[in-house]
Amino acid sequence: MSTVIDRPVTVSTVDAPRPKVRERKRWGLTVVGVIVALVFLFPYVIMLVGAFKTRQEILKIPPTYLPHNWAPENFVNMWGTPETPLPWNLYSTVVISLGGTVLALVAALPAAYYTARHSFRLKVPFMLLVIITQMLQPTVLASGLFREFVTLEINDTRLAMILVNAAFNLSFAVWIMHSFFASVPKEIEEAAWLDGCSRGQSLRRVMLPLVWPGIVTAIIFTFIACWNEFAASLILLPTDTNQPLTVALTRFIGQYESAWQYVFAVSIIGILPVVALFALIERHLVSGLTAGGVK
Amino acid sequence: MALPIADPQPRTRTLKRRARRQTTLQALPWLAPALVLIFGVVVFPVGYMIYTSFRDLSRFGKDRGWAGLDNYDRLFGIEHLPKVMTNTVIWVIGVVALSIGLGLVLAQFLNKRFPGRKVLRMVIIVPWAASVVMTSTVFVYGLDPYYGILNRFLVDIGLLDTPFGFLKNATPGFLSAMAVAVFVSVPFTTFVFLAGLQTVPHDVLEAAQIDGASRVQTYWRVVFPMLRGALVVATIINVINVFNSLPILKTMTGAIPGYDADTTTTLMFKIIQNDRQIDTASALSVINFIVVVVVIGIYLRVVRPMRED
Repeated sequence: MSTVIDRPVTVSTVDAPRPKVRERKRWGLTVVGVIVALVFLFPYVIMLVGAFKTRQEILKIPPTYLPHNWAPENFVNMWGTPETPLPWNLYSTVVISLGGTVLALVAALPAAYYTARHSFRLKVPFMLLVIITQMLQPTVLASGLFREFVTLEINDTRLAMILVNAAFNLSFAVWIMHSFFASVPKEIEEAAWLDGCSRGQSLRRVMLPLVWPGIVTAIIFTFIACWNEFAASLILLPTDTNQPLTVALTRFIGQYESAWQYVFAVSIIGILPVVALFALIERHLVSGLTAGGVK
Repeated sequence: MALPIADPQPRTRTLKRRARRQTTLQALPWLAPALVLIFGVVVFPVGYMIYTSFRDLSRFGKDRGWAGLDNYDRLFGIEHLPKVMTNTVIWVIGVVALSIGLGLVLAQFLNKRFPGRKVLRMVIIVPWAASVVMTSTVFVYGLDPYYGILNRFLVDIGLLDTPFGFLKNATPGFLSAMAVAVFVSVPFTTFVFLAGLQTVPHDVLEAAQIDGASRVQTYWRVVFPMLRGALVVATIINVINVFNSLPILKTMTGAIPGYDADTTTTLMFKIIQNDRQIDTASALSVINFIVVVVVIGIYLRVVRPMRED
């Protein structure tokens, strides 16, 4: 429907040229859509263009819109600058993101399955704890986390950030997978048991294909959240080789001298993969993020 | 699923009875990994943070013993604290209100059918998926009065006479950061409202139409009341996110001397990083934590997310 309110059918049978009017109106909306798209994309266009400017050109006064000399070598040179050990930063981001995702999933999967399939006395308190955790962020607990990891002597290690990322993204993973498990009727699983499937077989052959989208959503969302994490890494990882890309990026921005071309080149490689992944799970995100608040 | 089901009734009943007998003890192995993580890395740090806020810590983290309320005294003695708290209120209310308003409009727009709608949905998720630090640094560069490309653009289209140093002073810097915060909050907000709009049944809209309601009336009297749930959820989740937001202000106004463009969250990070006073920072964190807990409490009361289980 082109508009929220649709006219009664009887009117449209009388009104012959209406479809044409409607068609034009829809293309009018597309024009508005293009403008909206430009508004949401312009910072990333600036980023992309800036990543291809030379150091001289990006600091030029007045600035140029498009590079006079395209400098794709920024994407090579950024790996060996004095500001930050970028290969290590990428390594850190990847290790922390993969580690955090695996750990969150290993912890969330059994909990999500069990709470969807069984009722037990402390189920409501448990799910409540999950929701409360979802609304807490490492930012507000930074000083507590810092003190804890100093005491445990794992401060300034990637392990600390793997733990933080896993713990604070666990709840989204539990919640989204819980809702997928719960949407599979118990009878389907029981039928598989009756057919002689073991519990493991029924999980693998019957449940897994049905809840797979939920698991993928949990994996991708957790991975992106770990990939973009900033506040806790800033406090917990003082050593430059341990820092992820998000923190390392700020090292290119100095008080007097900034290597913006590298800032943007790093940002491009930091943003492209997560946007692609994000597009895959967009449909399932709202239900998971709002903890079932919007139906 | 075409699986033969041979009289599932008695089996279901025994299963149910068995399920009821499942004790917490049996659930524990399934929940243990999650519980260890939550208690180890979320609950314990909360406790440790509260404890630290009553301790006297050296700049190098050495615990020098009980401090009573000294850290809180020092915190409330900070002369710029009232300004920072006012900023926090403006920051949260301003960013959330604008995000909600723009999100409502954008969701209404995306709920219409037009060529390219799917592409637009994909475009709008970019600021949501992208790292907030990376997004804000573009504005730090773009708003620079000398080499900033946004400044040049604003001059070229005639909105500015000369380039303006948006991020050189606290007030314009803070307002610019608010705009960026709105920019990164709108996508999520829009998608929550889109999910809400999808629950509005079509026949209700038709009925309103037949009853002679104008489009404006239909929106405010029929559609909007049905978005109440989405509105509450979007507001509360945005309040939490915006209140906890560090990267935007850190990158955009962090270089401005003083505390005129700080919120309680960025102030807390300054106390940790610049002053190395983990104890005072913990006291401020406890205050921030109480704010978050109150918001979560409102969420649980109003939304009641557990109602289906």
